Amino acid sequence: MKKNRYISIISMGVIMGIFSVLLVYLGNPKNMGFCIACFVRDIAGSLGMHNATAVQYMRPEVVGLVLGAFVMSLIGKEFKPTGGSSPFIRFILGCFVTVGALMFLGCPLRMVLRLGGGDVNAVFGLIGFSLGIGAGIFALNKGFSLKRSYNQSYTEGSLFGIVNIMLLVMILFIPQIFIASEKGPGSMHAPMWISLIAGLVLGAMAQKTRLCMVGGIRDAFLFKDFYLLSGFAAIFVSSFIGNIITNNFHLSMADQPVAHTNILWNILGMALVGFASVLLGGCPMRQLILAGSGNSDSAVTVMGLLVGGALSHTLNLASSPAGPTLNGKIAVIIGLIFCFAITFANIQKQKN
Amino acid sequence: MNKIDMVDARGLSCPQPVILTKKALEKNGGTAVIAVDNPVSRDNVKAFAESRDLKVSVKEDGEDYILTIG
Repeated sequence: MKKNRYISIISMGVIMGIFSVLLVYLGNPKNMGFCIACFVRDIAGSLGMHNATAVQYMRPEVVGLVLGAFVMSLIGKEFKPTGGSSPFIRFILGCFVTVGALMFLGCPLRMVLRLGGGDVNAVFGLIGFSLGIGAGIFALNKGFSLKRSYNQSYTEGSLFGIVNIMLLVMILFIPQIFIASEKGPGSMHAPMWISLIAGLVLGAMAQKTRLCMVGGIRDAFLFKDFYLLSGFAAIFVSSFIGNIITNNFHLSMADQPVAHTNILWNILGMALVGFASVLLGGCPMRQLILAGSGNSDSAVTVMGLLVGGALSHTLNLASSPAGPTLNGKIAVIIGLIFCFAITFANIQKQKN
Repeated sequence: MNKIDMVDARGLSCPQPVILTKKALEKNGGTAVIAVDNPVSRDNVKAFAESRDLKVSVKEDGEDYILTIG
């Protein structure tokens, strides 16, 4: 039984790495087969929620991930409408996850893909990510809790999936309704069908295997459990090999695609992502999967990711290859303070 | 046999059910009873107990699962 678990998640990691390299080969920005933060930000742009013309595109990968999870959870009878666990705190944490991710220019999954592409800056992201997770573990051990969730109606639980079905229909039949970048990363995308299928397959697998980037490091530290981390490692190895084959592996700090070389802020940006994601109970990709599986707290978190993505451009928080912005630095510091404040405000003395 | 307080981990986000299990096992010297309300938490708590070489049995209680460890 134990061995089967590892085989499933490692297979998933390998397939994810392969799909990621394939999507880049077919048009996605380099080292960005998947990036939940960037893609949700691009979706915000496609809906007109921000005006950064280089990053506006209705990414089918995200819709695919949600629907893959939705369908798989229904098939496996794991679909469960739940919600009510501090939704607004989760929304704000979701905003800060995107702020931190766009400081580094990648979500935890893209961080692994960047490592697989030879982007040394992602090593500093990983250091920051681990530090943030450490802070989150400290919070959990102290008794941090966002309080329990409760059963919700099937309408509440399935509405996020239904919204994504609507988005899918619009992507298929009236794609011109969305704003789409003509230049820059938003204009770089694989053909819609491949992106969609990749998302669907990986969404289904991620739901089944519980893959989560944050959980990987967190569980290794907290419980010496390497199940999730093995998935993480499999993505790294397979994307590394795939990049070698497609000649997309370049080992350097400078001149990496959609990346900057500011060590301190790569660390701090991902520290915010790690800390907030532990408090949220999962990385951005896991939030998409949970939201598709009926968890409306995660649906609210995804709304936070979306608004965070929009604000990151409207308020000039997002980094560029030239480096971080002053506003972004202030926002990341505020985010870290917020996470510490939420930790201390929400420590529960457990009776058991 | 002393009655152990049941840990109510229903509705809690990952990884709280496992953390509470860990704390209960430490407090009770290797035994615990945990209630969760979804298969993910059930599997995580079970896997955690098994990784510590502890016996674990799972009982379904309506929509919830009661795990008895040790």
